[in-house]
Amino acid sequence: MPKRADIKSVLVLGSGPIIIGQACEFDYSGTQGCKALKEEGCRIILLNSNPATVMTDPGFSERTYMEPMDLDIASSIIRMERPDALLPTLGGQTALNLAVELHRSGVLRECGVEMIGAGAKSIEIAEDRELFSKTMRAAGLDLPKNGIAASLEEALRIAGEIAFPLVIRPSFTLGGTGGGLACNMEEFRDIVRRGLDASPIGRVLVEESVLGWKEIELEVMRDGRDNAVVICGIENFDPMGVHTGDSITVAPIQTLTDVEYQELRNDALTVVRAVGVDTGGCNIQFAVNPQTGRRVIIEMNPRVSRSSALASKATGFPIARVAAKLALGYHLDELKNDITGTSACFEPTIDYCVVKVPRFNFEKFAGAKPVLGLQMHSVGETMALGGNFREALQKALRGLETGLSGLEPVPVKGKNSPAHSSWEHPEDRLDTLRDILPIAGPERLMHLYEAIVLGLDLKEANSLTGIDPWFLIQLAQIAATEKAVCVSLAPQAAALLASGKKAADVDKDGSFAAFLRRIKAQGFSDARLAVLLRKSLGDASLDESQVRALRHSLDVRPVFRCVDTCAGEFKALTPYFYSTYDGLYQDPAHLEHVAACGARSAPQVEGKVLPGKVIILGGGPNRIGQGVEFDYCCVQAAWAMKDLGITSILVNSNPETVSTDYDTADRLYFEPVTIEDVLAVCEAENLCEEKGGLIVQLGGQTPLNIASALEAAGVPILGTSPKDIALAEDREEFSALARRLGINQTPSGMAGDSESVCRIAGEIGYPVMVRPSFVLGGRAMRVIHREADLRDYVSGRENGFVLDPASPILVDKFLEDAVEVDVDAVCDGRTVSIAAIMEHIEQAGIHSGDSCCSIPTHTLEDKVLERIRSDTRKLGLGLNTVGLLNVQFAIRTGKVFVLEANPRASRTVPFVSKATGQNVAGAAAGVMAGLSLAGSGFIEEKTIACHAVKEAVIPFTRFPGAEISLGPEMRSTGEVMGIDRSFGMAFLKSQSASGAGIPASGNVVLTVTDKDKEALIPLAARLKALGFNLFATPGTGAVLSGQGIDCELLVKIGPRRPHLLDFMRDGKTQLMVNTVSGSTSARDATAIRAEALTRNIPLLTTLSALSAAVEGLEVSRRDKRSVAPLQDYYAGLIKTGADG
Amino acid sequence: MSKQALLMLDDGTCFAGESCGAEGEALGETVFITGMCGYQESITDPSYYGQIMVFTAAHLGNYGASPLDDEAPAPRAAGAVFHDLFVPPKTEAFPHWRAAEALDAKLKRQGVTGIKNLDTRALTLHLRDKGARNGIISVLDMDKASLLRRVREWPSMQGLDLASKAGCAHPYAFDSEDKSAPVPDLHVALIDFGAKRSILRRLAGQGMKVTVLPATASATEVLDLAPDGVMLTNGPGDPEPCAYAVNCIRFLLGRLPIFGICLGHQLLGLALGARTYKLPFGHHGVNHPVLDLTSRRVEITSQNHGFCVDPQTLPARAEVTHVNLNDGTLEGLRVKDAPAFSVQFHPEAAPGPTDAAGLFVRFRSLILQHREGRCHA
Repeated sequence: MPKRADIKSVLVLGSGPIIIGQACEFDYSGTQGCKALKEEGCRIILLNSNPATVMTDPGFSERTYMEPMDLDIASSIIRMERPDALLPTLGGQTALNLAVELHRSGVLRECGVEMIGAGAKSIEIAEDRELFSKTMRAAGLDLPKNGIAASLEEALRIAGEIAFPLVIRPSFTLGGTGGGLACNMEEFRDIVRRGLDASPIGRVLVEESVLGWKEIELEVMRDGRDNAVVICGIENFDPMGVHTGDSITVAPIQTLTDVEYQELRNDALTVVRAVGVDTGGCNIQFAVNPQTGRRVIIEMNPRVSRSSALASKATGFPIARVAAKLALGYHLDELKNDITGTSACFEPTIDYCVVKVPRFNFEKFAGAKPVLGLQMHSVGETMALGGNFREALQKALRGLETGLSGLEPVPVKGKNSPAHSSWEHPEDRLDTLRDILPIAGPERLMHLYEAIVLGLDLKEANSLTGIDPWFLIQLAQIAATEKAVCVSLAPQAAALLASGKKAADVDKDGSFAAFLRRIKAQGFSDARLAVLLRKSLGDASLDESQVRALRHSLDVRPVFRCVDTCAGEFKALTPYFYSTYDGLYQDPAHLEHVAACGARSAPQVEGKVLPGKVIILGGGPNRIGQGVEFDYCCVQAAWAMKDLGITSILVNSNPETVSTDYDTADRLYFEPVTIEDVLAVCEAENLCEEKGGLIVQLGGQTPLNIASALEAAGVPILGTSPKDIALAEDREEFSALARRLGINQTPSGMAGDSESVCRIAGEIGYPVMVRPSFVLGGRAMRVIHREADLRDYVSGRENGFVLDPASPILVDKFLEDAVEVDVDAVCDGRTVSIAAIMEHIEQAGIHSGDSCCSIPTHTLEDKVLERIRSDTRKLGLGLNTVGLLNVQFAIRTGKVFVLEANPRASRTVPFVSKATGQNVAGAAAGVMAGLSLAGSGFIEEKTIACHAVKEAVIPFTRFPGAEISLGPEMRSTGEVMGIDRSFGMAFLKSQSASGAGIPASGNVVLTVTDKDKEALIPLAARLKALGFNLFATPGTGAVLSGQGIDCELLVKIGPRRPHLLDFMRDGKTQLMVNTVSGSTSARDATAIRAEALTRNIPLLTTLSALSAAVEGLEVSRRDKRSVAPLQDYYAGLIKTGADG
Repeated sequence: MSKQALLMLDDGTCFAGESCGAEGEALGETVFITGMCGYQESITDPSYYGQIMVFTAAHLGNYGASPLDDEAPAPRAAGAVFHDLFVPPKTEAFPHWRAAEALDAKLKRQGVTGIKNLDTRALTLHLRDKGARNGIISVLDMDKASLLRRVREWPSMQGLDLASKAGCAHPYAFDSEDKSAPVPDLHVALIDFGAKRSILRRLAGQGMKVTVLPATASATEVLDLAPDGVMLTNGPGDPEPCAYAVNCIRFLLGRLPIFGICLGHQLLGLALGARTYKLPFGHHGVNHPVLDLTSRRVEITSQNHGFCVDPQTLPARAEVTHVNLNDGTLEGLRVKDAPAFSVQFHPEAAPGPTDAAGLFVRFRSLILQHREGRCHA
């Protein structure tokens, strides 16, 4: 059956904010799905609260609802839009859960909406562990022994029947939240309690542990005629026991025989049929006993998942796109594989190796143990394709951007033994490593590799880690190559360099070049080779660029190959490439693509010749501080280039993103964003000869870090020059610039040693803000209230940050009670055009990425806004900006201070674009390509008749033990947007979308700092009028009672019990208001915040936030919240309501 | 460090690599195989008789070799080409629970000459664009001119009768080692053109006693066994020179239920009067989508063939039942007026998906129906 004629409009659910376990892979799948539905002429209604996504670009759907993803809103959308179908399988767990709620509420039946992709029944089977086990057993499949418990007693009874270790998994939670592995009764009780709490239905699964077994995942697609294919098999390098999101994973499966694989494949198809996934993609996870081959099913997801994104990028098969089409009724054999033009009903086969490595951010959460387990902790991932596993693994590691240049020793955390000591005391070092290898942590692979280099027996390595011998032998091969580099390559290279002759003349038979190529084929980067050569030759001056020069002189260059889904069997049409040294011949398809582009003449606009091709560097793996927002910018730039007739080329290594979808840019290079790999792409593209350029300012810090080196190597950089970008980062130079431009700054100083830092702080006066240069996301930034804390900070004890005279830190006066403002602007070198001014609702001192902010501003006077505008213009021109500019200001008592200015994409660009209906990143890309602002049609401070509020989402619950506090170091993983007619309502929506909705009634606890007490009075009165019961700590309570506002008193946190925290723990608190100043109340605030987060109690930390909430609640008493798509806001169909 | 080795194709394209497997020389038609695992089943598949097998997967030999996975007592392939061949440390037992030895050791032991560490993708793209062609692997002769001369002297596969060499020389009764196989209630004569053991196992799994006959067995020899059905197996090369088999099948057609696989399918086609032709580079892999025209469902199949039945030449008494979704080639047929059907792909899999294993059940039903004399296929 071809496409169903009865589905003309589809409601697509997105996945909401980026959180750990649910990242931008759902932007990728959603975007691809929407494109596919659009292609089929469907009217798309989209619900997603995340403004940073590409899929919420208003061009992708007819009706883009950027609203909280709750039952109430989704139901109103369904009643208004009357879609024919609901597609919940592209938006992760969030979408599935919402779909189940919608189904249960009856609204789907009432409005005649059919759930397509996966039905409510199959979602239920897959999600409810008990039902899943039953269904699997009935289908004759094996599972780990287990039982379901709704209480601790039940759990203990089950535990009695199975031996330790035991796995505890709560039902219906995301990414294993609240689960864990117990090896004894005490751990068991703890985890079961936590799990019962975390599960929305209060049940946990207690299960036989399959710790140490091979972990395998299969990605399956099925259509309405029951055709089913396996798109990709993925094997985990880390055996069972580490969440697959936290594991290094490999495709294709490496260590299973065909007999074993086919059994898994058959099982997988049986699972899909038993669960009854009607159409689309799903993911099935198995454990395989490495000694006996016994295989058990762990779980299945009846939807597109993170692994599907990985499988799509690894094979070239567009799972989400095909899933969307299957949901419309197509059958697999009726669809084409875009890459080869052959049928989509097939199983991809690959002739390379793919490795994914997760990226962690434990350092952001002081106190959290960097130990990996069943609950996911990684915040991003990088993937690499290589000619073999060794090359792919090392490429992935250097793409991780944690400073690694491949497999290399790293210091053991918590041990006072730097890595290099291994050369002096290898035996001691090996013992240290042996001790830590059984614990899976973010750096275990590095420790394992070092241990193998030091001679650890592979059998022992296997018993310490459970990692399959095949992988261990690959590591040993890399170690052997490392030895060959030191022993053979180094002296030959030294002789060659010393001879002063041309390399090709010395290496007449090409044997040295072949040797070097063989080494490169094991994944050794130039940077890593430089380290090894330095060490072997004792030549401290040898660096990466010399290795590169040597390599070039021997003509040892990578070849570029096409990702074609079919191992070369059919000609691939799609321009999706990776590099390898493990081959001698360029793919003809690659050469054809480049040649075709070279033959085209460069486009001309406004009488100017634009570059013929533009390479856009992506952001690499997501991490806190650098997420989907930057991918959004890169994607917009690629599209803007296409529109201008410029060949757009993307380089990125993040498999979750839209930028690495093969049809986003004209060409995609799936490569690490490092100097070496980017230069290789530039060379393969003849970038310099063909007068193209490179865009570095959109992908976050990653491309900026290598911009200067790329420019030095002769690559033309488009837009603001790396020199000016660096100037903005250099505190001293920036201060000088601000002074020259007559812009106010807070008093500050810079120093590289602790004595000077403390002296400066003393002069400026506490509190101070300290920040290192060249960081994104405020890494290691702090507000410090007293000298003792400052000394602690600079000692590095607190966060691993080491003060270094070579990269000094900035000490700023911290303006308490200031209002912070963010400005995004575009500059073409002559004109600065402001896109939007955002006012923070959070207190000052919280990283702008973690704070809540609104467009338009709601408390700033015109005079202040004017000053902000003129300062922004001056800074844009002063920094010679061509492209994007972000400026942060602090406003205190009407005076405007600049905090920082950065001529590059900021995290707020997509929010601004969504809130104003103007494509800011696309305009900036046009400017970088040579357009003028006037020519690009950019409208300054474009306004729409609404208020938009952005709120951050922070993963504290994932890091038990971590100190829960907000500060200048960014910790949020994602964001949401609330949009409505009034500021108050937009604020309420943003809170509700972020998962901390403000209640309409109940008990509110007020405990505010002295200076806020006066201002609290009217707000408290309004809360009372809204029907809240007021509770307050003695100080706050006294002020309120004095004004005749009744409230019950609570005991402050201290020895007297029960106190405030007990009141929260007892579930008696529906809303918490706590404001802070100085460091004493800050301590209480930390405890309050921790309690609020654990109990999911909405917490307001500023009076401006409280005022916004009260305003919102009042409006909602009079007026319904407006549920409307962005398109209606942009068209001016929604009229602003009067606030307050 | 292994010895240098060369692979020379008859169009003068030469690839350098390192020697593996048995040191020496191998000459034969060079074809590429796209399956990612199941190398052992492929290497021991007698259909690769006389061919040089190019594996496109990045890593080969990862899980070693196990006697459980041999499709024939010894490989019949001439040579093998690998990208990254896994050679574990010699001192230890092979690190996979099913393995008895490393793949390299098995190749050495069984005399298959190999070459590794060459750019198998470039080689594959070349074969795809220029067609499967003869090649020579040598570790002995490093003189490119001499290699080219010798590879050009090597005969083409077209017109060669390889089936009679690839199968058994004498009849024998198949002894199913599988204890779980049902007690046989049917008897099948299997004409061995180079049969994979998995076909025999699958038949045994359907309760069939299997008597294996050489490729050149006559119809009388078959009928003398008084079997309930006839299995025409896979085998190497061009079906056209196998006139002996075509004659035999023509005689058996209508007298006994027939099931043909791969070469057996092509021979049934010839017996029906259809013609066969050579594909540019054949189908060698485990991911070929085949549409079953009866059920309208797609099966992912294991394939290994260079020749194909031309559907245009099929007589009216035959009906196309299966079609390849990639290139539209004929994948299966059914005879309307006699109990016979055949498929171009390998329902016994090994290596590859077992989506089409139901065809053995269908064979059993066909035999039972025929025995009851109720109807034809």
